Amino acid sequence: MHIVVLSGGLSPERDVSLRSGRRVAEALRASAPDWEISERDIDANLLDHLASIAPECVIPLVHGSAGEDGAILDVLRCLQVAYVGSAPDSCRLAFDKTVAKALVRRAGLETPESISLPHSTFRELGAGGIITALVTKLGLPLMIKPTRGGSALGASVVHRAEDIPAALVGAFAYCDVALIERFIIGTEVAVGIIDTGTGPRALPAVEIQPDSGFYDYAARYTAGTTEFFVPARLDEATTEAAAQVAVAAHTALGLRDWSRADMIIDTHGVPWFLEVNVAPGMTETSLVPQALSAANIDMGDIMRELVNAAIARQ
Amino acid sequence: MVPVTGPGNRLDPWINAYASRARGMTASEIRALFAVASRPEVVSLAGGMPYVSALNLDALADTVSDLVRNQGAYALQYGSGQGDITLRDQIGEVMAEVGINAHPDDIVVTTGSQMALDLVTRVFCDPGDAVFVEAPSYVGALGVFRAYECTVIHVPMDDQGLQPGALDEAITAARLRGLRPKMIYTIPSFHNPAGITQGPARRHEILSVAQRNGLLLLEDDPYGLLGFDDVGFGDKPPRAIRADDADGVVYLGSFSKTIASGLRVGWAVAPHGVREKLVLAAEAAVLCPSNYAQMTISSYLSTQPWRQQIKVFTETYRERRDALLNALDQHMPVGTTWTTPAGGFYSWLTLPEGLDATAMLPRAIAALVAYVPGTGFYVDGSGRQHMRLSYCYPEPDRITEGVRRLAGVIEDELQLSHTFGTSHTLTRPEGPATPAPDLQ
Repeated sequence: MHIVVLSGGLSPERDVSLRSGRRVAEALRASAPDWEISERDIDANLLDHLASIAPECVIPLVHGSAGEDGAILDVLRCLQVAYVGSAPDSCRLAFDKTVAKALVRRAGLETPESISLPHSTFRELGAGGIITALVTKLGLPLMIKPTRGGSALGASVVHRAEDIPAALVGAFAYCDVALIERFIIGTEVAVGIIDTGTGPRALPAVEIQPDSGFYDYAARYTAGTTEFFVPARLDEATTEAAAQVAVAAHTALGLRDWSRADMIIDTHGVPWFLEVNVAPGMTETSLVPQALSAANIDMGDIMRELVNAAIARQ
Repeated sequence: MVPVTGPGNRLDPWINAYASRARGMTASEIRALFAVASRPEVVSLAGGMPYVSALNLDALADTVSDLVRNQGAYALQYGSGQGDITLRDQIGEVMAEVGINAHPDDIVVTTGSQMALDLVTRVFCDPGDAVFVEAPSYVGALGVFRAYECTVIHVPMDDQGLQPGALDEAITAARLRGLRPKMIYTIPSFHNPAGITQGPARRHEILSVAQRNGLLLLEDDPYGLLGFDDVGFGDKPPRAIRADDADGVVYLGSFSKTIASGLRVGWAVAPHGVREKLVLAAEAAVLCPSNYAQMTISSYLSTQPWRQQIKVFTETYRERRDALLNALDQHMPVGTTWTTPAGGFYSWLTLPEGLDATAMLPRAIAALVAYVPGTGFYVDGSGRQHMRLSYCYPEPDRITEGVRRLAGVIEDELQLSHTFGTSHTLTRPEGPATPAPDLQ
């Protein structure tokens, strides 16, 4: 059986994606030594390559746009190739943070109040007035980030109104629409979801404590600069609530196979949904591998199960 | 919340064991973006990669084949810490082109001139010692100086390069601050990244400042033979500063730009006492430079028309420089300026007021064009309004297309700047702690 791990692409998360792909491929080779596992970048020869080797299944680990917005998955669907992960339409809903927040709010989950605005609105209406209105409506501090994208690229926490323009410019460097969100003070937690066909189940919550105070790109990918607690230091009820939020978000967005929900647990123990990842990072410092390890689940074994489920679904 | 007795996991059991100099070695958004720049869809005006395809690769293959077949037992063995004597003789011949008359005993062959830079700093600088560099300066040098915990002091340049008056003042000011000035690092010919060349008079003035202050002058000259235009030396390559002072100057040379960067062969020419220490330091670091790489270079120099090959490189780079300058003239918005290099690989571009090249990089990568933001060439976060454009590697039509894309990105950024009246500043300074290949 031939399995292709897709990684790389042209997004700013290319390097992260390549490392995720390499790690998953190695784990799968160890778990399924009789399978042929190859790693492949996204380029103009990809379709010819897939046609020539006719893989039984593809594992897309391309982060950022094209990878997580469903586009590549639509192509795989056209090619009638089985793949691990959510359906393209669900990915589109999940990848846009504004849409995802609206859908999980409808499902009854708490998510911080926010407003999403394109650069053109600031240009046409004047930035000063809008920023004043944003602060009046949402208060300070604020989280400002691109509506589409990951790894905290272009994301900033803003404590003063005069810093908002620079934060918006930073977000617009990665995406034409910025999400301006009320910043919830609390404990940052990520909960991975795995579904091998028996329904979504939550992995142990990972608590994140970056030394810098902000889980930015450097804090995510420089080993040693962030302290993780797995399972998170939560009481039983809060742990259960966090798991329920992750499962509910996974379900509300129509996701399948795997996902990772990021949330903040406020000082009252309430989990606030922030965003969900349909192709979670699987690097040495990523969160889902830590959760799998805490749950005594071998990464290669679980990937093998997900591959088998994807093939059966096809 | 449930209190937990033990600490969390930092995913690096050595986190508390690292030396303080490793503190700045972190993942960065800029490096993440450069991972995309290597893709063929992206026109990279970032990397300073020599166009090695211009070499006669068939002839080089024969050279390598003969070398292994006939002298393999020696070429694949350890060698001398100072470097192969035949190659050192030939390096003397190469350096004669820039006016240097050096004895082979004064030459130390290194693994690229980057290693020579490291050795000189290791031998001369204690933590805190002041090193004076151009503003901006070569990112690889800044990385070395930072690794040895030097205090790096940038000195302004003008259209003739490093300003002697400002250099003198900076040295005096450093002494008044209680710092110990140790050396001046300069790239006099076809500067990386500024694309500026010091004329003859300027070189003498800088040498005088060094001599008057009793400081070592570290002359880095990887591009000296790659000139297009006369910069005051007639039809000859710019005369090295070392040609006029054998005792006060350490000269760094390289075959990376004139033959092949992948062979990693460079050298230092140093006064006798310094040379002794450089050899000992080199042996401690790598035992010896690669015999195989040295002998490949040596065979190439003795069997191939290397002066003619340098002309081929120079003509290639001149054509690409012209493509870059023409495209910049044609496409860049008002308020953008750039230097006109008379040789080498780079032009230094200044953005319109208020724009930030670091903040703009994600937008540029999305538009499939890459450059190196100016901040990489300073130790203090300066240079945001600047970028380095490299024309050595892409074909001329790709350069034109890359500049067209870049101009569009700058126009968009001007709109953002007009809307918000500001640029984004990354929360972490993007320093040169760990140079990437794209930054060389």
